[in-house]
Amino acid sequence: MALIELRGVSKIYHLGGEEIRALDNVDLDINPGEFISIIGPSGSGKSTLMHILGCLDSPSKGSIKLDGMEIGSASARELARIRNQKIGFVFQFFNLLPKLNVLQNVELPMVYAGCSSRERRERAMDALRLVEMDNRAKHRPMQLSGGQQQRAAIARALVNSPKIVFADEPTGNLDSHTGETILKLFHDLSLKGSTIALVTHDPEIAAVTPRKIEIRDGKISKNVDAKLSGQHDGPKFAVGSQQN
Amino acid sequence: MNPLNAIAVGFKEIWANKFRSLLTMLGIILGVSSLVAMSALVKGMENGMKEALIAIGGLEKVRVEEQDIPVWQQHMADQAVGTTMGDVHALLRSAPLITMVVPEMRTRNITMTRLGKSISPWNFIGTWPNAVELNQHVMAHGRMFNEIDDENARNVCVIGTAVRNALFGSPEQIGREIIPIGEFVNINNQRFKIIGMFEHYEAEQDKKARELAKDKPPEPKGGPERSKGFGSSKGSSRSGGFVFDLKNNTVYIPLNTMWLRFRAATGVSGAGSGSYSRSSGSSASSTSGSTAEFVPDPRLSTLSIKIADIDKMDEALQQAKNVMLHTHKGIEDFSFRTQENWSEGITQAISNARMSGGIISAISLLVGGIGIMNIMLASITERVREIGIRKAIGATFFDVFTQILVESVVIAIIGGLAGLFTSNMLVKLLVAMSPTENTPVITMESMLLAFGFSVAVGILAGLFPAFKAAKLNPIQALRYE
Repeated sequence: MALIELRGVSKIYHLGGEEIRALDNVDLDINPGEFISIIGPSGSGKSTLMHILGCLDSPSKGSIKLDGMEIGSASARELARIRNQKIGFVFQFFNLLPKLNVLQNVELPMVYAGCSSRERRERAMDALRLVEMDNRAKHRPMQLSGGQQQRAAIARALVNSPKIVFADEPTGNLDSHTGETILKLFHDLSLKGSTIALVTHDPEIAAVTPRKIEIRDGKISKNVDAKLSGQHDGPKFAVGSQQN
Repeated sequence: MNPLNAIAVGFKEIWANKFRSLLTMLGIILGVSSLVAMSALVKGMENGMKEALIAIGGLEKVRVEEQDIPVWQQHMADQAVGTTMGDVHALLRSAPLITMVVPEMRTRNITMTRLGKSISPWNFIGTWPNAVELNQHVMAHGRMFNEIDDENARNVCVIGTAVRNALFGSPEQIGREIIPIGEFVNINNQRFKIIGMFEHYEAEQDKKARELAKDKPPEPKGGPERSKGFGSSKGSSRSGGFVFDLKNNTVYIPLNTMWLRFRAATGVSGAGSGSYSRSSGSSASSTSGSTAEFVPDPRLSTLSIKIADIDKMDEALQQAKNVMLHTHKGIEDFSFRTQENWSEGITQAISNARMSGGIISAISLLVGGIGIMNIMLASITERVREIGIRKAIGATFFDVFTQILVESVVIAIIGGLAGLFTSNMLVKLLVAMSPTENTPVITMESMLLAFGFSVAVGILAGLFPAFKAAKLNPIQALRYE
């Protein structure tokens, strides 16, 4: 069974009487453990798709099933709970809270989940270890480099063991070398079984993922799964491939 | 998110913006401290006035005073007899709701002298012995004159401490208290024996101050002795409230003595004459001119009556009025002055002070609340992105709402506590700077009220910003730069 099932999803905005179809009748399945990229030029509707997939927004039409649960008609409160429990976000601008240290930032989703402080601490440290940031736990975001901040943000996205992680241009604000390290981190995480969706406009970044979904004018124009067609032979990283 | 966490987050946010939070709190601090200090001042006033009310004889005491004859009775003005002993006896006989009647005959232009020292007492009153009871006097030394003294019109007097201070010297000047019982003084050149002295009346506050001052050595005086103007009566370190000064400055003599020794000297055979000459007590006027048919002015200055039951005040006054209209041939040349009027005046004054103080404090608290709301609005605008992040990772409407509301309430609570502290300091400062007879008293109720009010203001001020923040759309909030 697919992790996410979109059937006939449309998102329509009304701007001054004009109807804008940001998403137009989209069907999409994402399976557990997949590493996909959603690619498209700006204004294509890829962000809208991510927002709807990420339960930040509701579609105007159509149905979405996440983990077997219909969420097209969920209330704001239910959506918040789903975001908290089943979805992780990684943003272009990292979006760590500057007043909290790295550990507190990573703990934040668990605060809203209502975990005890002891559990929060243990799981946050585990997540930081996963992204090799456990030695920076007490630093403030401003004291870290962009790559380190993004790692902390990834730790935050993973800390509640979500069903799927959405990364919105995760390398957009990093130099190419650091960007590649981050992409490699995603790759490693996907090898460990995480479901990850990269949203990007850059075909080079999209090349990292086995499956590519191209969006144009609110419609899926290409849906290529390299694994199925046998063309994909794994990503080429300039930095040394990490063991384990 | 559990509430404890929310409070912790609120505190963190306030601590992160210390200076701004302090400025925001200032409004609440000022509001709370002005409310508490104001109510402390009013409470002090109230206490002082209540003490004074008891000192002048309580609510049961009613004075019958002369009044201008009403316009429609002006044609009978020459028949008006004024208030006389006839009224006293009639009231005692015919008005059962009145338990005590005390006639008073006053004379002005009185000078008491002894060995070159002199005083003109403010109250020089010829009366009956029961005046002591009615006016809540306490005999400290000697005795009050009795019916026999009155019957025989003896030249005896009972004085207050202010009179003693003027004629014999005050304890502060002499170093010991002089008890002048048995001494003789001249009152308008007539020899009077002092047979009693009242205790020294003063407000609780002054009593304490005086007892404190007793332990300290007297301050060396710089320069020549000088009067410090009206109200600084010699002997008392402070003007201990006008009511108390008035009471200390009293001389009582028997009614008949007053009538014969002082009224007879006025040279007016005033029975039924209707002219207002009762106060012309010049000592040099002609006693020699009195003839056989000469009758001294029999009119009383005032008549004090005591009501049996305060709840039956109206009935008792009606009774007294009926009796007196009879003796006054239907002419209404008298009126009743109750302490009720006075106490109502006090209550009115206090409630006015409380009201205006309350309004001022409420306004400053309101301004404080607006300050909080303003800051919270600015703060959430500043933190749109933060709120977006929080919502994206799973904060619900309620979570964000609580967070902002808690911040606002925490500011108000800290401000309120600081305000209570400041108000205590403020009141201490007020007491130190102006030791009036009305010491401000901080009451628990006013503190609770002010604190509760500040918390309420914090909640009200936080509601709108919290709602606004919680309603933010996470997508737009995340896009916000």
